[in-house]
Amino acid sequence: MHVPDGFIDAPVSAGTGVLAAVAVAASLRGARRELGGGLGEAGERTAPLAGLVAAFIFAVQMLNFPVAAGTSGHLLGGALAAILVGPCTGVLCVSVVLLLQGVLFADGGLTALGTNITDMGVVTVLVAYGLFRALLRVLPRRRSAVTVASFVAALVSVPAAAVAFTALYALGGTTDVSLGKVFAAMVGVHVLIGVGEAVITAATVGAVVAVRPDLVYAARDRLSVRLELRPSPLAPADEPTTAAPHEQESASAKAPSRRSARSLWLAGLAVTVVCAGGLSFYASASPDGLEKVAADNGIDEKAEDHAAEDSPLADYGVGDIANARLSGGLAGVIGAGATLAVGSGVFVVLRRRRRGVDGSASTEAQQPADVSTER
Amino acid sequence: MDSVNRAAYPADGAAVPSLEVRGLAYAYPDGHQALFGVDLTVERGRRVALLGPNGAGKTTLVLHLNGILTPGAGSVTVAGLPATRANLAEIRRRVGIVFQDPDDQLFMPTVREDVAFGPAAAGLRGAQLQERVEEALERVGMAEHAHRAPHHLSFGQRRRVAVATVLASRPEILVLDEPSSNLDPAARRELADLLGALDVTVLMVTHDLPYALQLCPRSVVLGDGVLVADGTTQELLSDAELMRAHRLELPFGFDPRSVTAPVA
Amino acid sequence: MGAGHAHKLYKDVRSPVHALPAHCKLAAVFCFVVLVVVTPREAVWAFGAYAVLLAAVAAVSRVPPRHLLTRMAIEVPFVAFAVLLPLVAEGERVTVLGVSLSESGLWGAWNVLAKGTLGVAASVLLASTTGLNALLLGLARLRMPPLLCQIATFMVRYADVISEEMRRMRTARVSRGFEARGPRHWAVLAKSAGSLFIRSYERGERVHLAMLSRGYTGTMPPALGDGPAARAQWARSAALPLAALAICVTGWTL
Repeated sequence: MHVPDGFIDAPVSAGTGVLAAVAVAASLRGARRELGGGLGEAGERTAPLAGLVAAFIFAVQMLNFPVAAGTSGHLLGGALAAILVGPCTGVLCVSVVLLLQGVLFADGGLTALGTNITDMGVVTVLVAYGLFRALLRVLPRRRSAVTVASFVAALVSVPAAAVAFTALYALGGTTDVSLGKVFAAMVGVHVLIGVGEAVITAATVGAVVAVRPDLVYAARDRLSVRLELRPSPLAPADEPTTAAPHEQESASAKAPSRRSARSLWLAGLAVTVVCAGGLSFYASASPDGLEKVAADNGIDEKAEDHAAEDSPLADYGVGDIANARLSGGLAGVIGAGATLAVGSGVFVVLRRRRRGVDGSASTEAQQPADVSTER
Repeated sequence: MDSVNRAAYPADGAAVPSLEVRGLAYAYPDGHQALFGVDLTVERGRRVALLGPNGAGKTTLVLHLNGILTPGAGSVTVAGLPATRANLAEIRRRVGIVFQDPDDQLFMPTVREDVAFGPAAAGLRGAQLQERVEEALERVGMAEHAHRAPHHLSFGQRRRVAVATVLASRPEILVLDEPSSNLDPAARRELADLLGALDVTVLMVTHDLPYALQLCPRSVVLGDGVLVADGTTQELLSDAELMRAHRLELPFGFDPRSVTAPVA
Repeated sequence: MGAGHAHKLYKDVRSPVHALPAHCKLAAVFCFVVLVVVTPREAVWAFGAYAVLLAAVAAVSRVPPRHLLTRMAIEVPFVAFAVLLPLVAEGERVTVLGVSLSESGLWGAWNVLAKGTLGVAASVLLASTTGLNALLLGLARLRMPPLLCQIATFMVRYADVISEEMRRMRTARVSRGFEARGPRHWAVLAKSAGSLFIRSYERGERVHLAMLSRGYTGTMPPALGDGPAARAQWARSAALPLAALAICVTGWTL
């Protein structure tokens, strides 16, 4: 949902602009760690890798997924980026894509850039990544777990962005459409979009895990290498020997710390799952009229290419809606969405702190320079 | 440029080989081991072809030459200077690698900026930088394309610009990864003329055997992560059994013995 | 969105607008859009005046109006949304042609339509008169963090390369008789997306290697582009936002 100019008022746009700037600045620092500075020169991998991943996100948004009868949707890519390259790089990539879409293609207003980055970049990525990591902690250590976690993370990330948008709209919307209606329409539509996003994200991550598991940022854990020396026919013959491995497997060393963190993760996951469940339950339990708004109005990204042709705007009738019930549930669900976002944030912070404490035991923190370099 | 490393040069610089690789072994993080102890010496001013089938570890070896990959075991020395973390910047200036896909090599918006990248990273600025860029583009015959965007050039032109990007840093040794791949015959010949005229040490990684014969008096064969043969290119190419054992095939009707090969 | 990104907005003609430095134009357009956004929606005439300003710039830029108008189609989904607003908004209702509409909804629709359209028109005008590299350089000159500039530069450099790879993969699929027709085929498309990611990432690694090989240590050498803008160029660029400022202030006072 590329918000245009004039949709959110100036003060709130300025506020989201500041928020986006802070998030991007923080991500610039974080991305260096995620992408792994090669050979001691910190951060040098960031520009080419994040640039190429941004180009990938940009390209993949052009890849249309046929839905039915001539309509098609496309991937938003926030969750995908978060899972594949990590939250900070994910925020950076999506932000750069949004920036260039705004400047080069007039897609999304210039004054709404902060809103767009906050909504589609920051919220989607953080929610998806937080949820993904939490799920990986509790699911069995199998490849399928990665796929399942990606599915759920992408599924929740899209409506979460819709919730965030509704919150921004509540603060600085320029039209007094009732919050209930905006919320219902946004979340309703985005739960549907979320399903598509989830299927495709999960399948994409699954495809990457199958071929290059080391490229899935969150799942690069178990890699150990033992070097073997073979004799050359040119050299005086030697018995095959084993050289000192460059990196020793440290999984056993860090098992205890992982277990102690596990209960914490479980509790956090329970919270997020309840939120997620609440969200989808709420959306599916909303009255019929809302479903109609959700399905037909032009504000969602999936529908936008076709909204003009496909939706007969002329015979559009929206009945009155049980607003009391809606607004009653509203506060609770916004609260749940916020908790979800905050919860994910706390997990990320906790995790980072923990890594800081026993940094030597964490594989991600000590990726040796050459390990992340490829053929 | 390298007052710090002057100590690395013995008094008679000419006697020091441009490249010395000792017992090099390496495994990728996915567990795949590509090199199992490689020994290779390239004397200054020589052109050597590194032959071998796909997957023999050629590219992996190349990436060790300028310290992009850190040896799991063994060592790499460039003109007497060991490729260690402390020497990386100088090693990378000395070893100019031309990668196989010019689209990877040419990452800047214009040809001029791309050629300027290496010397600029080494600290050159202003007129000096300008001069280096022009000189390098002149040497590959691409001076009039300086202002163009890389993706608007033909493939052969891009390959030549890629060579220029490396020459601009005045390397000790030029390492070419499959220089003739994807070139049409004319572009292939032009590149050969260009490379033949350069007076730098060259290590050419290829499975284009006639090209190796044309340009390099000496060849080494890499098979399954170790060197399995080392000799004059004509000798190696004439050894039918060796060629077959390492999936190296000469073009139909090509007889290496019938060609006058360059002498070492 | 979607396929619309494939075509380039830039229209290569010579004009005084094209000749202005990118960072001046970026700053001018941004100020203009901000002023439009803060203008009260009741000042209907002001938006007409803004449109006249943009039309004047467009005329000076010699970009064919057709080019600009077709590129503005990106706004269509929000037009649809705006049409919907009067139907769903709260407040007093008026009846137009037998349909009950919300008055504040009508204002809201007007607000979104007018400001959104002007914003899109200004951005399209900017992108039509400024080349890709110039825009990136302009962003850098406006103090966008260098690392972000590098990322954006790489994205622009390789967006075409990767889109091309994607097209080749599609051709390969179609050549083998596969045509995606619905959610049943998502798995295949997602596998393509997966391998596209791997290819992109690996290319990123190769580009990084190529950069390292030439001595990259995290910063780009200074751009070889033109120097800082002359005062006259700034003055000329400021014409648009200054005129807009006058309109905006009048809009508030009247």
